[in-house]
Amino acid sequence: MSEAPLLEVTDLVKHFPIKSGILIDREVDQVRAVDGISFSIPRGQTLGLVGESGSGKSTACRAVLQLIKPTSGSVRFEGQEIAGLSRRQMRPLRRQMQMIFQDPYASLNPRKRVGQIVGDPLKRQKVASGSDLRKRVQELLERVGLASEHYNRFPHEFSGGQRQRIGIARALALQPKLVIADEPVSALDVSIQAQIINLLDDLQDEFGLTYLFVAHDIGVVRHISDRIAVMHNGKIVEHGTADQVCEHPADDYTKQLLAAVPIPDPRESRERRQGAGAAG
Amino acid sequence: MAIDPQPEALAAGGPDAAFPPAPEGVSGERGPWYLAYKRFIRNRLAVAFLILFFLIIVFVLAAPLWANNVAHTGPNQSHTLEKLHVNGEVHEVVTPEGRPIGPQWFGAGGKFFLGADSRLGRDEMVRLMYGGRTSLFIGVVSGLITTIAAVILGLLAGYYKGWVDAIIARTLDILWSLPVLLFGIALGVSLAVGGLKIGPLTIEGGSIWIPIFVISIFTVPYIARPIRGEVLALGEKEFVEAAIAQGAGSLRVMFGEILPNLASTIIVFFALNIANNMLFEAALSFLGAGVQPPNSSWGTMISIGEELLTTQPLLAIIPGVMILMTVLSLNIVGDGLRDALDPRSKVRLEARAGMVEREGASV
Ligand SMILES: Nc1ncnc2c1ncn2[C@@H]1O[C@H](COP(=O)(O)OP(=O)(O)OP(=O)(O)O)[C@@H](O)[C@H]1O
Ligand SMILES: [Mg+2]
Repeated sequence: MSEAPLLEVTDLVKHFPIKSGILIDREVDQVRAVDGISFSIPRGQTLGLVGESGSGKSTACRAVLQLIKPTSGSVRFEGQEIAGLSRRQMRPLRRQMQMIFQDPYASLNPRKRVGQIVGDPLKRQKVASGSDLRKRVQELLERVGLASEHYNRFPHEFSGGQRQRIGIARALALQPKLVIADEPVSALDVSIQAQIINLLDDLQDEFGLTYLFVAHDIGVVRHISDRIAVMHNGKIVEHGTADQVCEHPADDYTKQLLAAVPIPDPRESRERRQGAGAAG
Repeated sequence: MAIDPQPEALAAGGPDAAFPPAPEGVSGERGPWYLAYKRFIRNRLAVAFLILFFLIIVFVLAAPLWANNVAHTGPNQSHTLEKLHVNGEVHEVVTPEGRPIGPQWFGAGGKFFLGADSRLGRDEMVRLMYGGRTSLFIGVVSGLITTIAAVILGLLAGYYKGWVDAIIARTLDILWSLPVLLFGIALGVSLAVGGLKIGPLTIEGGSIWIPIFVISIFTVPYIARPIRGEVLALGEKEFVEAAIAQGAGSLRVMFGEILPNLASTIIVFFALNIANNMLFEAALSFLGAGVQPPNSSWGTMISIGEELLTTQPLLAIIPGVMILMTVLSLNIVGDGLRDALDPRSKVRLEARAGMVEREGASV
């Protein structure tokens, strides 16, 4: 590892205050959504971030991208510290890091056409305009498995899987280096999940993308991740190569996650459950 | 490192088989607006009242035509001492006892179609048309001012939250809790007497801009509060975050991402607000705090007509019916628009009401 990692996160913390009070808000407690996590992702690789619902995965993604201000900790992108940068300071960097959102329904503006949704980042960052813009957007749509005629449609005309493809096209429009995919398939049917994961995998090879790939199901990230980090209650409880984590889990929580993965072979499934039960 | 948990699914037909293009004949341009239009057109009642509203607009716009070509008089022209020839008979426009002539329909060639008003023997029909212009103008213009101000305030409060929201929301609460009519009357009367001077802007005492401003200010909370609630909810949506993740600034997010989603709320509230403002104007004018003489509005006409309610009831009833029809049509059209633009609005409105209550309790 001679080259510096594309993304390096150190001791990242995000606490949400719980306020109460009648006239003046008093901070009575904190939700420790992300409680000191560290990881790094080398260029071109994929880190799978796994954890149950509420373990702080989405909060971690947002804090990395500075969509919410981290409470403390460091986020280095290409060696540059971005934690605590203002929205204005972040703007030029946004091109290089994009996010695919968890909810394909809430993440597309229902009042905008697909062409605008995918094309706006290009226009906003002054990458393309006019007929050039339209051509680029249509190429992107085709690349993610949609048709160029979908340009003028509204999001409500699409299925969940198609919507997630629109979200992927939007994230790729600016040709980012880092893509943070926050449970990109958990809202989709199992049969469609595989297609989207394969698409993301192909796009990674084609554009040399670096992924932070979030899932609550360890089976989803197992095959595309180089390394896997397991998150529980805001902390990373296990971190290693994909094979290490899946074959020789050290942490009890990881074993539970592995036991929850649906396995086609009932015999193997039973054995696993017994194994996890014995360990826990 | 390629993964294929279910290779058959892909091999079977590729992405195109799994995501067939939308059914044939579905136009790519079929947006939410088109669907809303279709739903509105199916609502017979709302369409009928929309037509009625347009007829009222045509009626008041035709005022100069009627005045010049049929009645041959102006809205403020007095005919107290004149005599009128109707079917060979001669009538005084106002009798020496002060009793004005009743409706003549076309008996005098359209002159005094609805009779004369009590004090100055002015042509009631001409005044009704010009008064309608004033009433509608005040309703629409104050509706525009209110809506624009309310949308901006609601966007700022709901988007920035924190102290911006605290200031705006509290101010709106105060306005909301004032006895609006009393304050409107007090403000209207004092301004009507003294006029208004803000820097280079001077407004004469009798100007109709005074009731417009009074009405605009007091009705802002009625729109700003629901807009704020909606912006708070929309601000949590991931598409807002997505826009920020692409480098959109606050103004872009507010006006480019959130505002289009408020369009249906704005349109509905605008229609209802015009109706509301016209009632407000009528009340102010009736009480002498709105439109000042010699200008007429439906409210002032009711006020003047009321003096002869026992002998010439039509003088008060006709402008009253005009207000009623206009307000009713705006309300029904507004409800129709709401149903058409957002079929789930009833559920949402209830949810929103609950949310506002909870917020109010927590702050
Ligand atoms: N804006 C916020 N204010 C207060 N608490 C929050 C906020 N956002 C998240 N949390 C809390 O932080 C914790 C972690 O939430 P987060 O959304 O990061 O979980 P997640 O791992 O992404 O879960 P899921 O799989 O359901 O998406 C939760 O307990 C949540 O309630
Ligand atoms: Mg999440």
